[in-house]
Amino acid sequence: MNRFAELLDRLAYEPGRNNKLRLITNYFRATEDPDRGYALAALTGALSFKHAKPGLIRDLIAERTDPVLFALSYDYVGDLSETVALMWPKASINHEGSLRGSPSPQPSPTRGEEVAHKLQPSHRSATGKPANPSTADAELLSVPSPLVGKGQGEGYHEHTAREQIRPDHNNPPPPTLTDVVTTLRTLGKTELPKQLARWLDELDETGRWALLKLVTGAMRIGISARLAKTAAAALGDKDAHDLELMWPGLAPPYLDLFAWLEGRADKPVNLDPAPFRPVMLAHAIEDTDFADLDATDYVAEWKWDGIRVQAVSGRDEHGNLQVRLYSRSGEDITKSFPDLLPSLHLPGAIDGELLVLRDGRVQTFNVLQQRLNRKVVSPKLLKDYPIHLRAYDLLGEGDGDLRELPFTERRERLEAFVGKLNDPRIDLSPIVAFDHWEDLRAARADPATASAGEDAEAVEGVMLKRRDAPYLPGRPKGQWWKWKRDPHIIDAVLMYAQRGHGKRSSYYSDYTFGVWTGDDDGEQLVPVGKAYFGFTDEELLQIDRFVRRNTTEKFGPVRHVVHEPEQGLVLEVAFEGLARSPRHKSGVAMRFPRINRLRWDKPPREADRLETLERMLKADSAKQAVAVESH
Amino acid sequence: MRAQDILMPVAAGLCCRPGGFHIDPVRPVERAVITHGHSDHARAGHGAVLATQETLDMMRLRYGDDFARTTQAIAYGEEIRLGDVAVKFHPAGHVLGSAQVAVSCKDTCIVASGDYKDAPDPTCAPFEVVPCDVFITEATFGLPVFRHGDAAEEVKKLLASVALFPERAHLVGAYSLGKAQRVIALLRAAGYDAPIYLHGAMEKITHYYQSRGIGLGELRLVKGMKKADLAGTITLAPPSATSDIWTRRFPDPVTAFASGWMRVRARARQRGVELPLVISDHADWDGLTATIDATGAGEIWVTHGQEDALVHWCTARGLAARPLDLVGYGDEDEADAPAGEDVEA
Repeated sequence: MNRFAELLDRLAYEPGRNNKLRLITNYFRATEDPDRGYALAALTGALSFKHAKPGLIRDLIAERTDPVLFALSYDYVGDLSETVALMWPKASINHEGSLRGSPSPQPSPTRGEEVAHKLQPSHRSATGKPANPSTADAELLSVPSPLVGKGQGEGYHEHTAREQIRPDHNNPPPPTLTDVVTTLRTLGKTELPKQLARWLDELDETGRWALLKLVTGAMRIGISARLAKTAAAALGDKDAHDLELMWPGLAPPYLDLFAWLEGRADKPVNLDPAPFRPVMLAHAIEDTDFADLDATDYVAEWKWDGIRVQAVSGRDEHGNLQVRLYSRSGEDITKSFPDLLPSLHLPGAIDGELLVLRDGRVQTFNVLQQRLNRKVVSPKLLKDYPIHLRAYDLLGEGDGDLRELPFTERRERLEAFVGKLNDPRIDLSPIVAFDHWEDLRAARADPATASAGEDAEAVEGVMLKRRDAPYLPGRPKGQWWKWKRDPHIIDAVLMYAQRGHGKRSSYYSDYTFGVWTGDDDGEQLVPVGKAYFGFTDEELLQIDRFVRRNTTEKFGPVRHVVHEPEQGLVLEVAFEGLARSPRHKSGVAMRFPRINRLRWDKPPREADRLETLERMLKADSAKQAVAVESH
Repeated sequence: MRAQDILMPVAAGLCCRPGGFHIDPVRPVERAVITHGHSDHARAGHGAVLATQETLDMMRLRYGDDFARTTQAIAYGEEIRLGDVAVKFHPAGHVLGSAQVAVSCKDTCIVASGDYKDAPDPTCAPFEVVPCDVFITEATFGLPVFRHGDAAEEVKKLLASVALFPERAHLVGAYSLGKAQRVIALLRAAGYDAPIYLHGAMEKITHYYQSRGIGLGELRLVKGMKKADLAGTITLAPPSATSDIWTRRFPDPVTAFASGWMRVRARARQRGVELPLVISDHADWDGLTATIDATGAGEIWVTHGQEDALVHWCTARGLAARPLDLVGYGDEDEADAPAGEDVEA
């Protein structure tokens, strides 16, 4: 557990993707089965046990600490798990009831550089008789020195470590991750507090923190399941796609997977009746690309502003139909969309877009968003946000794999398949007819009149697919292209800048920008968004210099940058859409904002006004197709 | 005699009327007794200064030869009379030359501990418990969440990271006086024998440590190094420099920070630290409370830091305790001098 805790701890601070990968792979390499398997399960969200409520944790700490000291500490730290992890009193120092509830101050000069060797002999003799033999055996070999006496107490020098060794030297070693996970699976609710307290006694600060995050189900360390799988694949120089393919057939602690990755066994066979298939992705097309492309080689479809999904049905060994929905990264999102599952009643694998339809009309992404990342899917949610699958490819039908077929053949099979499904929740993504690129350019500029009709609002561009393209994983060159509609553009004024992370930690690279709004009190800037990309390296240097020279106030890592009508920096901000947001002072939130251009030529007073955004918002939510840009 | 007649807080600092001096005064005074060389405790411009030789040397390094009118060096364990009181210095374990000042008048002994830690430190004399009637303790880490652990383990974390990312530079923010040298000494103790690089702002003080016989191995200045040659190296720099444009000379640096504050995640994240190292030159909660117990003092005065929690703890144990409202003492990690191209010499 302590090693897994160290990994989580390090990951929590590491901003770089590649560095995270290296840390995780390194952990898998250095850690034995089955611990690493359970770690992989924890990182991919594949563990299931009943989570402990924060109230339980509070009760545990309240029994052990002075309420005033706890309140002051919690107030300072700001996070319950972390506060408890840090101030949890060391077990077994806390006897005699001498403390009136406050954390132990008992001297135990076992801290410091000379501690380890002093403690080891007596600890080793102690481990001969572990208190809990069932969990201790394996751990004794791998962790010779659990963190007994590490850190706590203090060390003034009249005493020797030996006098201070705890009276009950039968301390069990800290639990392994395997101990924790397998115990939690079967533990009754009433036994949980006691077990948790025992573990907290045995672990060090970082271990306690990780344990509490794990049992409360609040890991949030910025690791996607995909990243964890990629790190595992790297252990055996394998492609993450291969792992993704077999993943639905695997179960913690993944002994067969690690055996394969380390070259000790054959590839695990995916026996899953409804497996995920790595998705095919498109390149963003540039104007210059068209010169080399022949319009007759391509088929066009609308690019829908929904969620890419793979809907797979297959029969298990008992002949029962299993239905699963996967995100484009292979994450199983079946549970979030129970309303779609009955519609997928024939064995097959559809690639398509999840949308919300009301009265046959596609709703915007903002509406769809209400259905995403929900733990509980209420009947009201199902009713108010009815889900729909717009199909654009068929990867398999029955037992047949169609991915080697050219797109046009797959499309025919898809049309027939959707016809057989014959379900109002599933329809075809229509083909957009065109003869020349100019036709398509016009359709893209005005989807409403070019057959998208009332759904035009949910169109974010067009997709181009080569007629003869097989379905290939990843982003193969020249097969699929995405041609997005031009983004919304506004001119905003830089208001605050914050330092970035990792490589950018010496640069002011996160920008809060605002637009003008006025009332009787006069004109002022109101923040409307934050952006931290879109600029070139050279532009970053320029903005960084500007920020440093024009700071009016500093708040920790944040700088106020001068923003007066005649003085300041105007940023041309591009974004994909707007939504009303009560959380923002301006009342609007931007989707996908980025810095498009630096307008050194423009004085801040000429930047856009909030009314411009209000107008865009109206245009966006109006049934009219094209949001009119203000300039 | 009442304790507050011997020592009392005034605007200039802790004033000893019967002895005619101030301890660590924040304003210029006629006679100053200085506990250690950190700039919030050791200021220039006093008339006469009494301190350990190391502290006097550090003040001279920072402020120049005429930092005080006269100076007097005092050794650990040495006692001298000032006015109606006796003053004795004891090691505080904080940094090289740091001292607790025991002030005795008739039957009453007050110990002003300045900043202290009870954890081992290869770069300074170990902390010594001084039995007394009134103990004046700092409370920088005066909350039970602060437990600093074994500094050697933190250094192992740093070395593991260097091994895992050999193509990156590791930049360790550490206060220039004390912390930086302790981290270097810990690295050496852990078997790291490659040259260690220094930000220019810590050159003088580090060389001073070496001149006092503290082995720090081969040290080099970062200045003038090629970016590529800094891959796989460890550099010590003042904390403020680690988020400064100065860092652009390093290949994809891993930013570490050696401080007791790193125990709390929000603090580390706020600073953009990627590798927090919990290494402190101040006593942690367990150290503070155990030391208070060990002094046998019946009355505790608590100063700079989280006074509330420590005063509460003392009171709950039946000790008389009160916060001392002294101003002007910072936390050296946070109040580090600005460093960068302009300061680097």
